[in-house]
Amino acid sequence: MRKPVIIGVGLTPVGEHWKLGLRDLAVEALLNAMEDAGVDKVDSLYVGNMASGSFVEQENLGALIADWAGLGNIPAVKIEGACASGGAAVQEGVKAVMSGLEDVVAVVGVEKMTDAWPSDATRYLAYAADAEWELFHGVSFVALNALAMRLYMKEYGYTEEDLALFAVNAHANGAKNPYAMFKKVIKVETVMRSPYIADPLKLFDASPIADGAAAVIITTEEKAKEFVDKAKMIKVAGMGRAIDTISLANRKDLLLLKAAKIAAERAYKMAGIGVEDIDFFEVHDAFTVMAALSLESIGAAERGKGAMLAKEGQIAIDGDYPIQTLGGLKARGHPVGATGVYQTVEAVWQLRGEAPNQVPDAEVGLTQNIGGTGSNITVTILRRV
Amino acid sequence: MGKPMQVARYWRHFKEKYRLIGGKCKSCGHVHFPKRPVCPECGSQEIEEFQFSGKGKVLSWTIIRNPPSGYEYYKPYPIALVELEEGPVILAQLTDVDPEEIDFGMEVEMVTRKIREFGEDGIILYGYKFRPLLK
Ligand SMILES: [Zn+2]
Repeated sequence: MRKPVIIGVGLTPVGEHWKLGLRDLAVEALLNAMEDAGVDKVDSLYVGNMASGSFVEQENLGALIADWAGLGNIPAVKIEGACASGGAAVQEGVKAVMSGLEDVVAVVGVEKMTDAWPSDATRYLAYAADAEWELFHGVSFVALNALAMRLYMKEYGYTEEDLALFAVNAHANGAKNPYAMFKKVIKVETVMRSPYIADPLKLFDASPIADGAAAVIITTEEKAKEFVDKAKMIKVAGMGRAIDTISLANRKDLLLLKAAKIAAERAYKMAGIGVEDIDFFEVHDAFTVMAALSLESIGAAERGKGAMLAKEGQIAIDGDYPIQTLGGLKARGHPVGATGVYQTVEAVWQLRGEAPNQVPDAEVGLTQNIGGTGSNITVTILRRV
Repeated sequence: MGKPMQVARYWRHFKEKYRLIGGKCKSCGHVHFPKRPVCPECGSQEIEEFQFSGKGKVLSWTIIRNPPSGYEYYKPYPIALVELEEGPVILAQLTDVDPEEIDFGMEVEMVTRKIREFGEDGIILYGYKFRPLLK
């Protein structure tokens, strides 16, 4: 099969974009990525988006965005996998290039969340859970993560302060990212002083509701030479994805992100490497407990030791397992269906050596994007050409 | 938005939500809730109905302070993962309980309660909640 490389990235800052709509954000990110790649047309477009129908009453995003970006009559569709929509869209774009069907593919992830009332946004996010057996009972997405957080703390003896370290790390890194929603350093006390939204989960354990769009241009290693220098080419070395039971209650092991474990194993196998070869990790820290569970499921820590990596300072830029190098979901922000593409853009920055919070000599990076309460997960491994 | 009024969507699940009837695999004996068309253990499609006792214990819980729209009425309210005595875990609200009393392993039993209403002219949804076991 053909070797896929990313040759261009583009994005908008994450935030509350009162003056911009979904199409404005998506088109801006997409055109930026095309300019970065030096391409003026693409063979197809994949849009990562979770809930545009609920948030802004707009579906058919393939047609909307390709039309408004002036891409002509190309094939264009939306890819949906809850909060992992962006990661899944990137992988669909890569598959199209690898298969030989399409030579130059654009992927854009977009979500416009702030046009909805907060309680409605809470409801739309819960559509990623099981409508009949979870949302019916009045559960929110935050609450499902709170149930896991309480269990994790009990099972392994961690405190709320221990988990708060993931938020502190994310903010420390986000403070250096001009595209992040929160560029403010915080302390453990900041997290502890924030109000409970679903005990024991506090406001600062959670990522914010936000708007944003990010895009990448994918082509083959051969074709890439027509557009960019080698330094700008980043190889998609491995990828995998998997699902797990949609309801948290139906998991045999409530503290194992089995879908992430399987997705990571597939990605490592395809890349021909192991977790020890990864220089940095953009994991899905929608909630602090998810950062810990993610590190465990992708093999960076043993079961129950994910939060130890934070306590030992190993998740910082100069640690052995740097995570959320540009702020993660917590500080960069989490426009749900766009997040997986933001992670990809940030990994490309690191590997090109262009990141504002650079991991020294980064050769290989891993992105992990979670949909639902661990029910739909993508893992992608990128490396320098 | 957020105001589904289709009655059929709800009466379809009366068996499960009013009586806690789930599934049992005829092939391997695995019991599960809610009833599925395919056994999650062995893949058999021979599944019969199974009546749960309604008794269980609390595995984990949270207090919802920012509910999704439509559930503001009860705020704040506790939600728990309850391990039924037959094995499966079920997600439900806890009721008739002081949030301070909730603890790991607390014994609970199923009761039928109002889950949600859709305004003056709307339907009212009922279903299972769990309360501390009456001794
Ligand atoms: Zn069976």
